[in-house]
Amino acid sequence: MPLQQSTNRQSGNIVSAPFIESGQSISGVMRQVIYALLPALVVAFYCFGWGIITNLIIACAGALAWESLMLYLRNRPVTSYIMDTSALVTAILLGMALPPMAPWWLLLTGTFFAIAVAKQLYGGLGYNALNPAMAGYAVLLISFPREMSAWLTPLALPVAELGFFETMAWVFFEEPPNDVALDTLTSATPLDYLRTEISRGVSFSEVRLSPVVGVIAGKGVEWINLAVLLGGLWLCYKRLITWHIPVSVLVGLGVLSGAFHLYASERFADPVFHMFSGATMLCAFFIATDPVTAPATPLGKLIYGLLIGLLIYIIRTWGGYPDAVAFAVLLMNFTAPLLDQYTQPRIYGAGKRNGRARNG
Amino acid sequence: MIKRILKKTLLQKPFLKKECKLHGGIKLQGFKSLSNAAAVQILSVPPQLIIPLKQHIGEAAKPIVNVGDLVYKGQIIAEPNGYISSPVHASSSGVVAAIEARPIPHASPIKETCIVIHTDRKDQWHPFVQSTPEPLALPPEDLRQRIRDAGIAGLGGAVFPSAVKLKPTSDITTLIINGVECEPYITCDDVLMRHHADAIIQGALLLARIVRPQKIIVAIEDNKPQAFQSVTNAINRLKAAGAAAANTIHAAQVPEIFPAGGEKQLIKVLTGKEVPSGSLPYELGIICINVGTTAAIYDALYKGQPLVSRIMTVTGEGLDAPGNYRVLLGTPIHYVLANAGVARQHNAEVIMGGPMMGVAIADHAAPVVKATNCLLIKNTRQIRQPPASMPCIRCGRCATVCPITLLPQQLYWHARSKEFDKLPAYHIDDCIECGCCQVVCPAKLPLVHYFRFAKSELKARERERKKADVSRLRNEARQVRSEKARIEQEERKARRKAARKQVITPETNPDQSTPDSLNASSLQGVAPEPQTHENTSMVKHEDQTKTMAR
Repeated sequence: MPLQQSTNRQSGNIVSAPFIESGQSISGVMRQVIYALLPALVVAFYCFGWGIITNLIIACAGALAWESLMLYLRNRPVTSYIMDTSALVTAILLGMALPPMAPWWLLLTGTFFAIAVAKQLYGGLGYNALNPAMAGYAVLLISFPREMSAWLTPLALPVAELGFFETMAWVFFEEPPNDVALDTLTSATPLDYLRTEISRGVSFSEVRLSPVVGVIAGKGVEWINLAVLLGGLWLCYKRLITWHIPVSVLVGLGVLSGAFHLYASERFADPVFHMFSGATMLCAFFIATDPVTAPATPLGKLIYGLLIGLLIYIIRTWGGYPDAVAFAVLLMNFTAPLLDQYTQPRIYGAGKRNGRARNG
Repeated sequence: MIKRILKKTLLQKPFLKKECKLHGGIKLQGFKSLSNAAAVQILSVPPQLIIPLKQHIGEAAKPIVNVGDLVYKGQIIAEPNGYISSPVHASSSGVVAAIEARPIPHASPIKETCIVIHTDRKDQWHPFVQSTPEPLALPPEDLRQRIRDAGIAGLGGAVFPSAVKLKPTSDITTLIINGVECEPYITCDDVLMRHHADAIIQGALLLARIVRPQKIIVAIEDNKPQAFQSVTNAINRLKAAGAAAANTIHAAQVPEIFPAGGEKQLIKVLTGKEVPSGSLPYELGIICINVGTTAAIYDALYKGQPLVSRIMTVTGEGLDAPGNYRVLLGTPIHYVLANAGVARQHNAEVIMGGPMMGVAIADHAAPVVKATNCLLIKNTRQIRQPPASMPCIRCGRCATVCPITLLPQQLYWHARSKEFDKLPAYHIDDCIECGCCQVVCPAKLPLVHYFRFAKSELKARERERKKADVSRLRNEARQVRSEKARIEQEERKARRKAARKQVITPETNPDQSTPDSLNASSLQGVAPEPQTHENTSMVKHEDQTKTMAR
């Protein structure tokens, strides 16, 4: 912990105590979040091949470009703000949330809404009311539903054989790889499959036997969720996030899905299925925990997470979208300032004289 | 209601169960070994002493010497001005050279009235300074008066007059002798406990004679095993000597975490009790006194020596002679630095106090005062430009380390946008400015600076509001008075008119009653008016405070 100079030579201002600083920085925080996502990226690469890498490359390039442009337009120091790497975290989350091998324009549009609109137009890092990645995702989901639901079949052989440049050719010029139509490469996601099958009257126990569902919650997807969970636990261990939001999201989702599953186990999927399919883990540990858009008080975080969990289940079960994470998080983002205001923790020495201290 | 239930069930029960655990706080690298190895050295008498009249919390003392007077060491040169005040003594013998404004140890180069003494280097005690063989036999009130006369104030850094603290309005059950010293670098209490534990224990017994606690706890941070051992030995010696009071006193180790040495934090750690917000520890039956103060009280009562010097740490990496020095109050800081091996032209930056809560001294000609527990010298190699701040990302680390469980990010948000009205609802007045939030902030925001600014702004506003209230009331009263005068004048006029009429036509007697009754009624109408005015203004006033509280 190095000591700081007590007068700012540039401005001449007096710097007051404390004169110690910790080595923590925002870029450090963001870097650690990216490290925590690495296991999930490795698993995703194994499942979806180069498609996930092209997603990330284009999303990161797009995000950095939009961020630089907006910072320049807003007369902010571009280099020092770009170095905080928060745009990269948004880009990686968005790249993971979109279907692999997504076309370039989809990624650029998504990052534009995420970075330029949802983040920079609201004042940049720290001032955005909505989670940038989820705002970008929601815009794409509403505008381009077909592209947004074209998920590659995980662990499919042709995907694994697809090279980097072939994937790039598809992403930019829609040149069908190896003379295979893309349609044959895609399939329904486990959540989609569940919804359509249940609506056709197929029971959940039968759905579970389908190869789409894999071992517990979806072929490939369950492994990605597990890797995300590992990375998220590491974040908790490093104290970059507190346990409140992840636990309450999972509890909210688990309790509601558990209750319905207990009531009618053939019509409603079990909690494990919900927790390990779609973007549940990513939401619980990486998306809902975005500190800028989440409440900051412990109690606020618990309420926020719990409601996100409930909303995810409600939208997944009765809504019409491939996944519910984006809408659940965005809806709850709006409540964060209110939750913060009404969930102040009890301060030291409050209670006996609280009234007097407040009015005095 | 639901909120309260939720809070009770979700927050308090499982996580705050460990009663004696402080919320938040941070672990800091101590850097204590730089200065705690050697015993206290005595710094020589400087050629000039600059003794500020205000070295304590409260009113500045009033000088009672004149320029040219010969003074002795320990002689009172300024007497207390009011109840919360403290006398000031000559730290050495010499001649009063000036009573004028001089730089004081402060972050900005401000000056306050000081008594400047040109020392004769004889360091001669005033003949009045006499030792007392058995101060424990004296009545408590007498002891308290002697402590006041000795000019003793809290030497931990807060410098609150000790005699005032020792007259609590409620019964005291626990006396805490605070030897925690949780700030990095500072070791003056550590060294004092290592080498003068007996003085501390004897001093504690004297304090116990005044406030009559059931138990005395000497609290020492667990990174000072030698100090703990030394204090334990001193207590054991007392027990071996068969003193009855020895059974009420014990030493306790507290975990090393900043700011466990803060009065309210220490009380929580030791007793699990919380001092109610906005009140003082004695309401819980607790008094907390620093070990240095306790030793000074021992010196004052046994040896009769008033507070004319103090032990302070001079430290910093790359210093020739870091260590602890007994320094006469009023010694210029540059004199201390020169003796500790820091050349004057070095242009070193000096912090008075520790790196967490200290003050960067603007002028090295400023003197050592009662509050100067440490001079931390930063060499040029160490100095780093304060990093550029980034926007707050609301990560909430500040809230997790806050020992008061405040929400620093919310306070910052409102302070930055100058929404000062919203700050009291977030309990800004409870902030102890310990600096933990700022240290852990990844955005490197000068949080404490914002909070200090907001606090002073709120205080200024409060003053303004009170002033405005007073002048408004005064104005209203004046209006009422002039109204009354006008009515009286009219009344007189009417009476004169009536009298004249009476003189002219004495038959119209019944008319005379009309102006009188009119006057009476109008007067009655006026008289209650100031009261109603006041009432409405009071109602308004309350409304204002209520909205502020919201």
